[in-house]
Amino acid sequence: MFPANFGYAAPRSVDEALQLLSKHGEEAKLLAGGHSLIPAMKLRLSSPRTLIDLGAVPGLRGVRLDGNTLAIGALTVHADVGSSDLVRKHLPGLAEAASVIGDVQVRNRGTIGGSVAHADPAADFPVILTALNATFVLQSTGGSRTVTADKFFVDYFTTAMEPNEILTEIIVPLPPAGTGTAYAKLAHPASGYVVVSAGAMITRQPSGSCTAARITIGGLGSGPVRAVASETELQGKALNAQNIAAAAAKAAEETDPDGDIYAGADYKRHMATVLARRAIEAAVKRAVT
Amino acid sequence: MTTEHISNGLIGASIRRVEDPLLITGKGCYVDDINLPGMLHLVVLRSLYPHAKIISIDTSAAKAIKGVVTVVTGAELPEHLNINAQVMFPGQKIPPHPVLARGAVHAPGTPVAAVVAESRAIAQDACNAIEVEYQALPSVQNAEDALKPGAPLAREELDNNICYTAVKKGGDVDKAFAQAEHIVRMHIVSPRQVALAIEPRGIAANPDPMGKSLTVWLSTQGPHRVRADLAGTLGMPENKIRLIAPDVGGGFGSKGPLYREDVLTCYFALKLRRPIKWIATRSDDFVTTIQGRDQAMTSELALKKDGTMLGLKVRVVANLGGYLQSSTAGPPQRMMAMAPGCYQIKDCHVEVVGVFTNTVPTGPYRGAGRPESVLNIERLIDKAAKDLGIDRLEIRRKNFIRPEQFPYKTGVGMEYDSGDYFKSLDKAMKLSNYQDLMRQRDERRARGEIVGVGVSTFVEPSGGAGFESGTVRIERSGDITVITGSSSHGQGHETVWAQIAAEMMKAPMDHVTVLHGDTYISQQGTGTFGSRSAVVGGGALATAAQRVIDKSKRIAAHLVEAAPEDMVQADGGFAVAGVPEKKVSWRQIAAAAYSGKIPQGMEIGLQETCFFDPRREAWGYGAHVCLVSIDRETGAPTIEKLVLVDDCGVLINPMIVEGQIHGGVAQGLGEALREQMIYAEDGQVLTGTLMNYAVMRAGDMPPLTLGETVTPNPFHPLGVKGVGEAGTNGAPPAVANAVMDALAPLGIDHIDMPYTAPKLWEAIRQAQSDRA
Repeated sequence: MFPANFGYAAPRSVDEALQLLSKHGEEAKLLAGGHSLIPAMKLRLSSPRTLIDLGAVPGLRGVRLDGNTLAIGALTVHADVGSSDLVRKHLPGLAEAASVIGDVQVRNRGTIGGSVAHADPAADFPVILTALNATFVLQSTGGSRTVTADKFFVDYFTTAMEPNEILTEIIVPLPPAGTGTAYAKLAHPASGYVVVSAGAMITRQPSGSCTAARITIGGLGSGPVRAVASETELQGKALNAQNIAAAAAKAAEETDPDGDIYAGADYKRHMATVLARRAIEAAVKRAVT
Repeated sequence: MTTEHISNGLIGASIRRVEDPLLITGKGCYVDDINLPGMLHLVVLRSLYPHAKIISIDTSAAKAIKGVVTVVTGAELPEHLNINAQVMFPGQKIPPHPVLARGAVHAPGTPVAAVVAESRAIAQDACNAIEVEYQALPSVQNAEDALKPGAPLAREELDNNICYTAVKKGGDVDKAFAQAEHIVRMHIVSPRQVALAIEPRGIAANPDPMGKSLTVWLSTQGPHRVRADLAGTLGMPENKIRLIAPDVGGGFGSKGPLYREDVLTCYFALKLRRPIKWIATRSDDFVTTIQGRDQAMTSELALKKDGTMLGLKVRVVANLGGYLQSSTAGPPQRMMAMAPGCYQIKDCHVEVVGVFTNTVPTGPYRGAGRPESVLNIERLIDKAAKDLGIDRLEIRRKNFIRPEQFPYKTGVGMEYDSGDYFKSLDKAMKLSNYQDLMRQRDERRARGEIVGVGVSTFVEPSGGAGFESGTVRIERSGDITVITGSSSHGQGHETVWAQIAAEMMKAPMDHVTVLHGDTYISQQGTGTFGSRSAVVGGGALATAAQRVIDKSKRIAAHLVEAAPEDMVQADGGFAVAGVPEKKVSWRQIAAAAYSGKIPQGMEIGLQETCFFDPRREAWGYGAHVCLVSIDRETGAPTIEKLVLVDDCGVLINPMIVEGQIHGGVAQGLGEALREQMIYAEDGQVLTGTLMNYAVMRAGDMPPLTLGETVTPNPFHPLGVKGVGEAGTNGAPPAVANAVMDALAPLGIDHIDMPYTAPKLWEAIRQAQSDRA
C-alpha cells in the first residue's frame, strides 16, 4: 500500500500546469481530488513519475451561470456540485448523480473533472453529463478546444483528451422550458460504483408529448451509452406510463455487457430497462412547463 | 448449587464504556502506534497462485536496494519455523505450514519471501523487485469438489484432500429413521466470510539489548495462548517473551491464532537485534487472516406426521483451506456439538469431513460453527413445517426442550444448563406483533408483493475452552486493582470488570483499575473468544473478589474487635451489623493488611487470584423474527423488521449486551444478504478488497427491535451466559426463513445465502419461466 517513488509539482496557474505537463509528457499525471489516482498508485496499478497537483490552481472551482449554460469548474468537488443551488434548480439530475457517488468522504474530495477525465466505466458523472449533452473545455499550450460528451468518452478509461491537455471546465446547456432531468442508479454493494445506471433529459410539450429525449445508460459497456432506441421510441409520444415503459424496454438494445461475480449480463440488461424507466419517469415529473 | 444473583446496583446498569473517550478521540494505542528508535519494517512477498511449485526465487535486485537490511526465502530459514496446528481429531493430518513457503504454495497469499528494510516503503519496493518463477499446479477451491474422485490434490504430500473425519452420535438413528413418517432432506451451504477487523493484523517486536528476552506488541485476542505458541516455534522459554496486546481494533475470532508474519517479525528481531514492525494491509488481511463458515451440510430430519422430530443425520463438508492454523479444525466441531439446536432429538448422527482446498485457511469467525448449525436445523424445521402443513411455531414448540427438563443432555451428548425456549419465542411473537405481521404479509401478497416472515429459535453455547484467570488486589491506598487473563479487543472489558468488582466490593467504579493484555502484568490467561469472557473471565473475577471480601471481613472484624460473622459489607468497606457507624473503610483494611495488624495466622497482603473453569458451557438462547420484502423488479430484499429476543442470563451491562447483539447481527446480516469470499475456478481471489467484498456498513443496517428474557445460569456465580455470537447465530436463519417464505408462493424451495438482488431476481425469473 505504498506507491512507487514519484515527483510532485504544485503549479499556481493553468499555464504553469500546462508547461509542466509538456515538460514531463506521458510520465506525468494530473492530480485533482486523487480519489481514483491515489488508490491506483498505492496498489501500483499506476506509477507516474511526476504528479502535477492542480489543487493550488485558482479559478477551477465552482458553478456559475454563463449565458444559457452552467459552467462547472473541473476541480469542483462532488458535494459542491450536488449542493449547488444553480445545479439543483436547473439540473436536478446532475445533483442527483453527484449525491450518490461513493461516500461522504469521496464526495468531499473527489472532483467532477477528475471523474470525467478518468472515464471509469462505472462512474456516475459521465452517464448523466452525456444525457445532459455537456461539453468539456480542454486547454493546452496551443490554446483551448471543446469536445461534446458524445465524443469525449472513447473507451474504458480513455477519453478524447490529448496527453498535453487539461480539462478545465464542464459546460452544461440549460435545458429548455418543459425539460426535466434525472439519474437512477444501482450501486455495487461493496464499491458503491455503478453496476447499472441511467440518465435522462426529457422535454415535454404542454400537450404532454415528448419533443426531445436524451437517455443514457452506464455500466453496460466501456462508457456511457446513448439509448437511441429508447429515445426514438419516445419521440413525439404522449409521456404516459405505458409509452415510457415501452421506450425503457429498449434501453439495453445497444449494449452487450459482460456478467461479473455480482451480476450476470441478463440482470444488467434488465436493470438498464428498470432504471431507464425510473429515470424517465422522474425526469417527466420534473418537466413542468 | 445455590447462587445469589445481584440484580441491582452496578451489575445490571447500562454504564457508558470507560474505554471509549480515548478510543473515539483517536488517543488509543494500537500496534501501529508503537514506534521505537531504529525500528525496521517487514514486508512479505505473497504468491498470487493458489497452488504452484516454486522453481526459483531471485532476490538479488531486491538486496541491492539502498535501505534493505535482509531478504530471505523459505529455504534460508531454520526448518523449525512453522505454524503448528492443534490435533483436534484422531487421525487428523497436519501437512507442513512453514512461515515462508518451502518449494510450493498451497493457497493464494502464501508468503514466499520476506524483506526487512529501514522503511516500509523501501521494503515494499524490494518486494516488488523479487523475481519468482512458479509452475502452476492444478488447484481446488470448493470442498465438496475436493472430495470427488480425480479432484486435484490441494496438498500434494497427501493421498487425498481429507484432513479428518469425525462423528458424534447418540441414540439409534437408524431405528428413528425406520420409524419416520416423513423425512426432510436438504443441502445447505454457508458462504465463506471474511472477519474484517477494522484494525488489520499487526505486530511489533523489540529484543532486549542482551538478546535474552523479547517484547512483542501483537494485535491479538489471547496474549498468553499466542505467546505459548510463539515460544514453541521460536524455541524460546515462554517467560522470556513479554507479549502485550495494546488496544486491539476487533478480531471476531481471526486474531486468536499465531500467524506466519508474527513468527517472522520475532525471528528477525532476535536475529538482527533491532526492533521490527509488520502491519498488514487490507489486501494482506484478505488473503492471510483466517476466514469463516464455508461448510456444506447435507441433512436428513426424520419426523412423525404430527411434526415430532425423531432423528437427525447431518454430513458436514468443511472447507479448511490450504494450511491449518492452530484452530482451523475447530468450527466444524462446534457445529456438530449443537446440531439438534433447541429441540429434543435424541437419535442423532453428525459427521464432519474437514477438507483441504487451495484457499485461505478458515477458522473461528464470530459464531465459529454455531451459525452453520443454527442455519441447518432452522431451515430443516421450516421445511418440515411446510411439507407437513404444520404451523412453524407449533412444530418448534412441539419439539422444544421443556423448561423442566434442564439440565438437559442432548442427542450429541452436550448438557444444556437452563432455559425456557417457549418464553423467549412468546416474547418475540409479542414484540414483533407476529399475528399482525402475518396478516400484513397475506394482504400484501394478495396485492402481488413478494413478502415473507421468518422465525429462528436457537441456542448459543458460550464459555468453553478451559479456564480464565482473575486477580483482585486491594492496594495500600484502598484502591482496587483487577487483573484479568481475558484481554479485550473492543468488547468493553474494562467497564464490565470494574462494574463487577465495584458492585461486589461496594466501592465506587472509579476506584477500580482494570489491567489486562500484558503477560508481564497478568497471570496466565486464555483470552477472549467464543462468547466466553463474561462467563469464564467474569466467574474468575467474581470468585477472586469474593475471596478478597472474605479475608477483608476478618480483618475488618479484627480492627473493630467484632466477630467476623457480625460484619456486613457497607458502602466503601464493612460495618458492624446493626451499628452502621462502626465502619471500617477499604483504606483502613488495606493499611492493616499490609502492616500486619491482622488476625493471628493470617497472611499479609490483600490479593487473591482465581483460575476459574466452569467445566461446562453456558447455553444462552433466543428467538428472532424477520419481515422481508423483495422488489420483484430488481430482486432487492429489504428487511423491514427484525426482532431479536436473546437470553444471556443475568445482564452485567445491558448497553454493552445490546452492542454485542447489534454487532453480531450486522455480521449475520452480512452473511445473509451480501458478504461472500469468492475464488475463481482457477483459484484467483475475486473478492480481495473492500471494492468487491460487500461488508455491511452502518448505513446498510435495518432497524432492530431488541428484547430479552433472563434465565440466570444456575451454574455460575454471577448467573451469566455469553452473548457475543448470538446475533450471528439467530439472525441469518431468520432472514433465510423469511426470504424462503417470501419465495414459497413461486415454488422456490431453497436458495443459499447471501441473498443478493441479482441472485434473487434470477431465482424469481427462473421460477416464473418454469411455471410458464
